[in-house]
Amino acid sequence: MQDASPARRGDNTSLARRAWHIRRHALRMGQVQGQGYIGQALGIADVLAVSYFHALNLRPDDPEWEGRDRFCLSIGHYAIALYAALIEANVLPEDEIGTYGMDDSRMPMSGMAAYTPGMEITGGSLGHGLGIAVGMGLGLKRKKNPAFVYNLLSDGELGEGSTWEAVMSAVQHRLDNLIAIVDFNDQQADGKTTDALCVPPLAPKWEAFGWHAQEIDGNDIEAVRAAFDAARNLPDARPRVIICHTTMCKGVPFLENREITHFVRVDADEWDKALTYLDGEMPA
Amino acid sequence: MTTLSRRKSKYEPRQAPRDGKATSAMIASLDAEGRDTIAAPFGHALSELAQTRDDILGLSADLSKYTDMHIFARDHPDRFYQMGMAEQLLFSAAAGLAREGFTPFATTYAVFASRRAYDFIAMAIAEEGLPVKIACALPGLTTGYGPSHQATEDLAIMRAMPGLTVIDPCDAIEIAQAVPAVADHPGPVYMRLLRGKVPDVLGRYGYRFEMGKAKEIRGGRDVLIVSSGFMTMRALDAADALGRDGVDCAVLHVPTIKPLDVDTIVAEASKGGRLVVVAENHSVTGGLGEAVGAALMRAGVHPTFRQVGLPDEFLDAGALPTLHEQYGLSAGSVVARIKGWM
Repeated sequence: MQDASPARRGDNTSLARRAWHIRRHALRMGQVQGQGYIGQALGIADVLAVSYFHALNLRPDDPEWEGRDRFCLSIGHYAIALYAALIEANVLPEDEIGTYGMDDSRMPMSGMAAYTPGMEITGGSLGHGLGIAVGMGLGLKRKKNPAFVYNLLSDGELGEGSTWEAVMSAVQHRLDNLIAIVDFNDQQADGKTTDALCVPPLAPKWEAFGWHAQEIDGNDIEAVRAAFDAARNLPDARPRVIICHTTMCKGVPFLENREITHFVRVDADEWDKALTYLDGEMPA
Repeated sequence: MTTLSRRKSKYEPRQAPRDGKATSAMIASLDAEGRDTIAAPFGHALSELAQTRDDILGLSADLSKYTDMHIFARDHPDRFYQMGMAEQLLFSAAAGLAREGFTPFATTYAVFASRRAYDFIAMAIAEEGLPVKIACALPGLTTGYGPSHQATEDLAIMRAMPGLTVIDPCDAIEIAQAVPAVADHPGPVYMRLLRGKVPDVLGRYGYRFEMGKAKEIRGGRDVLIVSSGFMTMRALDAADALGRDGVDCAVLHVPTIKPLDVDTIVAEASKGGRLVVVAENHSVTGGLGEAVGAALMRAGVHPTFRQVGLPDEFLDAGALPTLHEQYGLSAGSVVARIKGWM
């Protein structure tokens, strides 16, 4: 299991460049359908770049390799973002971008395990992912497999009671192989998450339940990398959470500045405009 | 409000009855039926199976003692997970363990699995075809505790879930035989569980459980009773009593509710103009009765068809024998109703 460090996937491409590619893949998918959860995809791209090009052990040509770290996407509507990361990681072929959301695609608009290599679980019904991750963490320990389980969940998903059942269970079972990542973009279907059922401060809540908690700027790649390293290297026998404050539509200013909603409207001519903007901003 | 209006007002004082039956409350048992019983057949069968299969795990949501899972936990403590009073987690975590290659048996009460955790069983387990085995105590009317614990609609709920195999064993013999078959089955299974002292009903018939198979337990010319769960025990008792009165009853036991053994059921229902009675420990809505009725209609077979089952109501609390009389599940009630239909 030692031969599959993330470096195996590549070269010296910077994480900023990886995030840039992820944003670009996502925009191209959104353009295929003329819609998509592009606000979330652009917002979480930096976290996914660190996940797939720094933190996770995986073998792109063997997505079910037993030694891989498991990345569980609770939030099925973020599939467009994860597909973009999987494409960038060579788990999915870039030339399937045009199938996004089409009939018979391997990339349906909501993420499902049966459709997509690298998609560990079926998300979409929120509040399932962390519980499944608990079971996977227990299973890995039974097998004495040192892999980690990551679960990306949303701030809105913290409103689901089942998430907190799993929060308690992970501590009960001392799951030091479980890392939860909360995308705190303060948006859910009806408006601001903090106006609904997600009262800050969040980190102290997780800490009170017994988790190691970090709260960071999820669009600061160095901060994300440091937090992922700290979560992974923590010697304590307890689960870890990284609460990532992200900005919807990050990286495309004219979208960032529009009225932000859960499902960001992008007009037909704006996909090219966004891609053109990105092309002028390619990081080193 | 019709179902509530039958009850006396909660403000009307009551007196202790002189010869009332003790309430059998939560852990009602079917042991007072004049049959030998076997203790905790599920727990012992699972424990035995685990001796030869390393993939078998046990989980419970604070109900291991009341689902006979405690036997497994005692014998295999390192393979039992106490998940706490958290049924959504119970099934999500079982799904995660199944993803890692294990075969988890998860137990709780049937009401909690079917009502509270439905979405988790559907999306985390069934949609993925994961081999999680859901074994649930207190199916149908097996407790006097009232609707919070009486899973009168669990079969209807679980039958509607794509990809889920649903079984309703009759007795201790069948539960013991079903456990390895359930474990061998490649996908998820919902298994109704009789726990505690469970009667031995089928031992004398040389019965063998086979997943997906209905089996004739006894033949008869006049009536065909199609039954599942402990209602097969009641059907056999009713058939004995009816036989003494010259009514010859066959009993076809259908432990697998889904997928239904349509071929056997249609073949039996096509024979010789018998009255067909489906008897189940479940609401008449959405259970075995409606499944059999629809199968017969699709096959173009139209016998006289009747249902013995629980009414489409939230049921009363009380002593189990009283409730079985009241709602028509006792052998005597079955006899009386069949005579009325003849």
